[in-house]
Amino acid sequence: MAAHNLKHALFCAIVTLVIAYPILGFNLTSSGTNIVLEGAKTHTIGLVLLAAVAVFLFQLFRDNITGLLGKAPALNPLANRQPMEQSKRLKLESTLLTLIIVGALFWPFFVSRGSVDLATLVLIYVMLALGLNVVVGLAGLLDLGYVAFYAVGAYTFALLSQYYGVSFWFALPLGALLAALFGLVLGFPVLRLRGDYLAIVTLGFGEIIRILLNNMTNLTGGPNGIGGIPDPTLFGMEFGRRVKEEGNTSFHETFGIAYSSEHKIIFLYLIALVLAVITALVIRRLMRMPVGRAWEALREDEIAARSLGLSRTAVKLSAFTIGAFFAGFAGTVFASKQGFISPESFVFLESAIILAIVVLGGMGSQMGVILAAIAVTILPELAREFSEYRMLIFGAAMVLMMVWRPQGLLPMRRIHIELKAQE
Amino acid sequence: MLEVQNLSMRFGGLLAVDQVSLDVQEHEIVSIIGPNGAGKTTVFNCMSGFYKPTGGKILFEGREIQGTPDYRISRLGMVRTFQHVRLFNSMTVVENLLVAQHRHLNTNLISGLLRTPNYRAQEQKSLDRAWYWLKRVGLLELANVDAGNLAYGQQRRLEIARCMVTEPKLLMLDEPAAGLNPSETRDLNQLIVSLKEDYNVSVVLIEHDMSLVMDISDRINVINQGRPLASGTPDEIRNNDDVIKAYLGEA
Repeated sequence: MAAHNLKHALFCAIVTLVIAYPILGFNLTSSGTNIVLEGAKTHTIGLVLLAAVAVFLFQLFRDNITGLLGKAPALNPLANRQPMEQSKRLKLESTLLTLIIVGALFWPFFVSRGSVDLATLVLIYVMLALGLNVVVGLAGLLDLGYVAFYAVGAYTFALLSQYYGVSFWFALPLGALLAALFGLVLGFPVLRLRGDYLAIVTLGFGEIIRILLNNMTNLTGGPNGIGGIPDPTLFGMEFGRRVKEEGNTSFHETFGIAYSSEHKIIFLYLIALVLAVITALVIRRLMRMPVGRAWEALREDEIAARSLGLSRTAVKLSAFTIGAFFAGFAGTVFASKQGFISPESFVFLESAIILAIVVLGGMGSQMGVILAAIAVTILPELAREFSEYRMLIFGAAMVLMMVWRPQGLLPMRRIHIELKAQE
Repeated sequence: MLEVQNLSMRFGGLLAVDQVSLDVQEHEIVSIIGPNGAGKTTVFNCMSGFYKPTGGKILFEGREIQGTPDYRISRLGMVRTFQHVRLFNSMTVVENLLVAQHRHLNTNLISGLLRTPNYRAQEQKSLDRAWYWLKRVGLLELANVDAGNLAYGQQRRLEIARCMVTEPKLLMLDEPAAGLNPSETRDLNQLIVSLKEDYNVSVVLIEHDMSLVMDISDRINVINQGRPLASGTPDEIRNNDDVIKAYLGEA
């Protein structure tokens, strides 16, 4: 055993002790009015020591262990197969997608109200992640303040409905356009920046929007948020038990069925589904258009792209604007689903989660991003019993993913334009 | 068609280019040669808009273009290649050529999203142009391969093809023969001459390979330590004492 291995192992064991002992080894208990520091039970201390020993042994024999793991047969039986031909792959993908969409259309009628509600949230995240995918995955601009555009979409609808009684269908394009406008305006000053600098500035913008919403109390209600955001209507039919607005009819009376609060949830789900599908299709098309190629070219080599007459500003702004547009879409749906929004919903963590979805799914890959959005939203709900450890599990999963599959769940496979033989 | 007058470029205390002048007529191949670090590429960077020169004028077809943004200059019809090949490596060969035709595709988002017949016709046109140039530089079989997987000589040719699909009037080649073997250099030689003869493109060339330079240049400009040293036809340059001194050192 090399000496440096022993040294490294000792160091790791000590770090484990230093981190774990203060966190687990001490308890604060209140006795009367005072708070007393108590040592933990010997049982806990024993476990901490055991963990330190385990870390020590693993680090000491790490080379052997990883060597053994390397010898184990590949877990993935598909690892060595040839990549599929593009035309075949596209056909398979589109059949699969059609099946999934058809399934998703009928699915809500057979499951519980809670699952449909959760699925709506998943679809909102799918929209957000697909939008951010344009900015980060295709154009290669690291945007940490994406949640700002989501907030703009949500607040547009909330404010318009509060002050002018605007309906969901009217607010949907308005929210998306306003978010796109914000993307355009915020995009201008940051376009000269690259990489880390861009990330920090966009992070700042995200926070500015949130803090503005928090402090413009007479307009946005500040931390109290805005409530009573109306539900979407279906051709003037409302989903509530009683009709709120004059001139509207209610859904259950028109169709002569009993009132059920589930109608509204399913309707919202279907709206989110349609919007998510539209988002995916539009972005898929954009990727194969000149503008999509320009995004990728600028990501690949900015100098070469400029020398060929691509305007850096125009290309980056278009990516920023289109990404923001879909965040605005998602924001409007979110506001309508919740019925109440406050700046609390648009914190930095939200940006981080959307970015995590994009990275986990595989930058630029639409299928991957959709899968990751489902995983990241649903897993915490399934693991409710471990809710205390939720972030811990989330963090561990991220680390493991980045070690074993840094390219993401389903890495991007570019759709090539093929040059066919000509006469 | 291109006239550079007393061009100077200063980086802080370093005067990288000092009072360099050159001109390019239509249908002409003009070379810039000089020892390493003489400021040849800096002149190129000024001409293509990557640097804003600190002094002097650059006129393209009678218009002053010094300080114009790089992408505008290339839209005027002055397109360059780079000393180190700069391709879009994860895109295929044909996609590299499609990116270059971005400005020829004057389509808006809506017509692209709806795939209108007009949009499709435009897209087909640019594919045809890409096909033509791939055939011309002998990369047709590799059209659907990632550009990063090409051999070095092929990447060089692709870079030239990528410039040519933009239909330039003036092509600026920065050491196009660097890293090529003798037979590839010969092919390149023929290609450059044919660009001039068949497609009526003027060429400005930076090159160290003297056989190539002497073979195809109509005129040569020599730069040494940022300053113009000599200019003239290949024969004049070959027999110029100053040039021999600069290249070989004083005897």
